[in-house]
Amino acid sequence: MAKRNLFDPNPSGVIEHDHNNDGIDRRGFLKCMAWAGTGALCVIQGGVLKSHALASHMGSQMKSHKLGELSFVQISDSHMGFNKPANPDVIATLKAAVDKINALPEQPEFLLHTGDISHLSKPEEFDNVDQILKATNKQIFFVPGEHDVLNDDGAMFRERYAKNSKGQGWYSFDKNGVHFIGLVNVMNLKAGGLGTLGSEQLEWLEDDVKHLKSSTPIVVFAHIPLWTVYPQWGWGTEDSTQALSYLKKFGSVTVLNGHIHQTMQKVEGNVTFHTAFSTAFPQPAPGKAEGPGPMKVPAEQLRSVLGITDVNYVQGRHALAVVDSSLA
Amino acid sequence: MRRKLFFGGLVVALPLALAAVILHPTRAKSDDTKASPAEVRVDNFSFGPDTLTVPANSTVTWVNKDDVPHVIASNDGLFKSKALDTDDKYSYTFAKAGTYSYYCSIHPKMVGKVVVQ
Repeated sequence: MAKRNLFDPNPSGVIEHDHNNDGIDRRGFLKCMAWAGTGALCVIQGGVLKSHALASHMGSQMKSHKLGELSFVQISDSHMGFNKPANPDVIATLKAAVDKINALPEQPEFLLHTGDISHLSKPEEFDNVDQILKATNKQIFFVPGEHDVLNDDGAMFRERYAKNSKGQGWYSFDKNGVHFIGLVNVMNLKAGGLGTLGSEQLEWLEDDVKHLKSSTPIVVFAHIPLWTVYPQWGWGTEDSTQALSYLKKFGSVTVLNGHIHQTMQKVEGNVTFHTAFSTAFPQPAPGKAEGPGPMKVPAEQLRSVLGITDVNYVQGRHALAVVDSSLA
Repeated sequence: MRRKLFFGGLVVALPLALAAVILHPTRAKSDDTKASPAEVRVDNFSFGPDTLTVPANSTVTWVNKDDVPHVIASNDGLFKSKALDTDDKYSYTFAKAGTYSYYCSIHPKMVGKVVVQ
């Protein structure tokens, strides 16, 4: 796949270390970064100023109080039930995420949760999350993470969150002219491999988008990244290239993932890839630790590495605006 | 009187100390690998050792030392644990000789082998 540096070389968006030689550096992302050429803007910073930053970057076309036709929020990796040193109180941080959502200047129409709702697939863990998220008063669309399908191949997950889904829990829906596709890539994983979509889901996907106009904006959401972030840690999906081949005809494809507990972006042609913060605990940058497990940061810094993702679609613009904001 | 008490203390203490040496699982393991169950530590998203060699009829025990759950599953479906939370254990007894490849079914980059002789 062609790799290029698409990022605005302004001082706040400078890529300081490009270890993978792919134009992507986490430290650069954590500051403030924009990419040009696609019409997309992504700002990574703490605090509620992000919409002002967005508006100031995009000028009069986008006012903070009227961002566009569709606004939604992605949250991810709540890991309800986790109680280790990396975050002994995941209830408090999920509640902080809810407060953040409720304080957004433009209220999202709905939420996407990109998996690892629970830590151990226990009913009481799902109950807790449901109870906390109720305070948003929003419809929520879920896809499972591997922590949500332990022990029962996802039966409880589907019963709770994906009753009308196909196969192992995939589905699609339309909102304000945008086509949303929820995919499952955490089941039937093969030894030594990455995330997997599987042939049945791929066939469904090909059929699902076949009759859509190429001008339809597409949002794909799934737990494990649908681009190869770091295969040594399993951060990628075996057959994502095949899935993306069905989306080539579309002018705007936004792929939203979780799993890696840190924000990352990449643009390849018509596709913008993005991974979200966790609401529970951070994980190390690729290759920056012996393994990808929960990362302990000083308690006062924890909320600066957790967060939510606000996504806005403006009719006529090529891509969706994706804005991460931390809980700090 | 003092002497007798001291001696009595020794009589009690010595067997206790011996028992501690014999029964303490880590000591028992390093002292006599044949007699004790073989253990694989699941730590930092890897299996240690990643290849374990045991005689036939050995029971292998996996213990999860990570802050996240793991699932022990053989590649061919012969055995599979429930999700193991921190410090949970799973054991499987290998009756026949052979090489048994396994992985973590939710973190499939984690792979290991048990060689049964």
